[in-house]
Amino acid sequence: MRAIISVVGKDTVGILAKVSALCAENKVNVVDVTQTILQDMFVMIMMVDISAITCTFSDFSDQVTGYGKEAGLVINVMHEDIFNSMHTI
Amino acid sequence: MINVHDIMETIQMIQEENLDIRTITMGISLLDCCDADIDRSCEKIYEKVCRKAEHLVATGEEIEKKYGIPIVNKRISVTPIAVPLAASGGNPVKYALTLEKCANTCGVNFIGGYSALVQKGFAAGDRALIESIPEALTVTDHLCSSVNVGSTKAGINMDAVRLMGSIVRRTAELTADRNCIGAAKLVVFCNAVEDNPFMAGAFHGVGEPDCEINVGVSGPGVVRAALAKLPKDADLTEVADLVKRTAFKITRMGQLVGKEASEKLGVPFGIVDLSLAPTPAVGDSVAHILEEMGLEMCGCHGTTAALALLNDAVKKGGVMASSHVGGLSGAFIPVSEDAGMIDAARCGNLLLEKLEAMTAVCSVGLDMIVIPGDTTAEMISAIIADEAAIGMVNSKTTAVRVIPAIGKAIGDELSFGGLLGAGPVMKVNYTKPDIFIHRGGRIPAPLQSLKN
Repeated sequence: MRAIISVVGKDTVGILAKVSALCAENKVNVVDVTQTILQDMFVMIMMVDISAITCTFSDFSDQVTGYGKEAGLVINVMHEDIFNSMHTI
Repeated sequence: MINVHDIMETIQMIQEENLDIRTITMGISLLDCCDADIDRSCEKIYEKVCRKAEHLVATGEEIEKKYGIPIVNKRISVTPIAVPLAASGGNPVKYALTLEKCANTCGVNFIGGYSALVQKGFAAGDRALIESIPEALTVTDHLCSSVNVGSTKAGINMDAVRLMGSIVRRTAELTADRNCIGAAKLVVFCNAVEDNPFMAGAFHGVGEPDCEINVGVSGPGVVRAALAKLPKDADLTEVADLVKRTAFKITRMGQLVGKEASEKLGVPFGIVDLSLAPTPAVGDSVAHILEEMGLEMCGCHGTTAALALLNDAVKKGGVMASSHVGGLSGAFIPVSEDAGMIDAARCGNLLLEKLEAMTAVCSVGLDMIVIPGDTTAEMISAIIADEAAIGMVNSKTTAVRVIPAIGKAIGDELSFGGLLGAGPVMKVNYTKPDIFIHRGGRIPAPLQSLKN
């Protein structure tokens, strides 16, 4: 089971570190990370493995999006199935 | 890894283009709740609906969180109440209050099925149910009602059409202190579908399983945004192809959510209704899609052709994306629920006659149209008859949901709030159709009903 964490906003120090730390706390394994600049915005996409997650997916999502709100970033945590179903046949 | 562009596209669709799942609707059969004693019948209905739909809202919220996609409404549809009423007799409003209690207990946004199917004539319970609709919609907040008065196979029951004109008017009168909201929860159908997840016309047909999950997707904003990126000189085949591709993606999401909800609730998955359902929010309008195609404003000449292209492309794109497509599937054109339609109606560019023509090619019919308070019951019946005739002859679903604005005239507006929106009072034709309507009887089924 994998999920996608997307971070969009102004680039600042420590975004990757903080999100990774939250993942580690909940035994969520980071599988892949991509960073890019899209329309002047910092965009980071993390693919994470949630098979061994120690809290509910909903709690994890709240923690990460909560950090996003504090830091002025838009963070979404979404199960990978939504992207697979929309973009692949 | 999934393509970054695809991920960002999905997120943008949800956050900026108002993509959402409009509704997860649980259809529940009440056939095993019928009882000769109306109180016992109501008890059985309450028990069954609350048992089946106990986890509907919580499951919907869980799926929203998992996929990050808003599920705007959770709803219930039930077997047309005329069926249990036929067995029990008694005051039908008891059923209305029972369903309202179910909606409150389960926490759903709407419950539909205060309905009767009378396309060929009235059976036991039908007339009593129809006559109780004004009261039922006055004493409840979440209940929706529908009546099917015609079909391609049966023709049009003009006695029912005549009756429904006065029922629509009476419902508006009884709720005049609340912006005539009762009439916004009442639909008169021709060729009603039995697995429609959208309100106010949802009911759970007698041919449906005991319980099932139907999903209605939305997404006019996504289609408009996709078309906005297309060059203005792209030809209409390209426009249709782009709509198809977008509809495919939207529908895939509906299929995913429906499948997941059905697994979690342990209930069979019925259908995805791949409708473009607008909301009054800016950027979520079907009219704006038509304008993006190149019309200066919705309602001008060319609107019907543009809508026909859109409606067809949505179906073609969506049909491959879902294992079972059903419901109404197409593009809705509810005036008060669509920012672009409201603007066009306000400035007089969109008229009732044009809307009627558009209903020949859209997925349903005259929807959420505010008409003057002095529109007579006969005139409303005649509007219903016209619309039913379009549905009957074209073998498609048509419907009428007009709201007589009691005490108001052209230039005034009614505001319902929420998804129902607000709309200006639209002009109607006051020439009397009374003798035609009072004739009653049946309009015979057209030749195209003889397909066997």
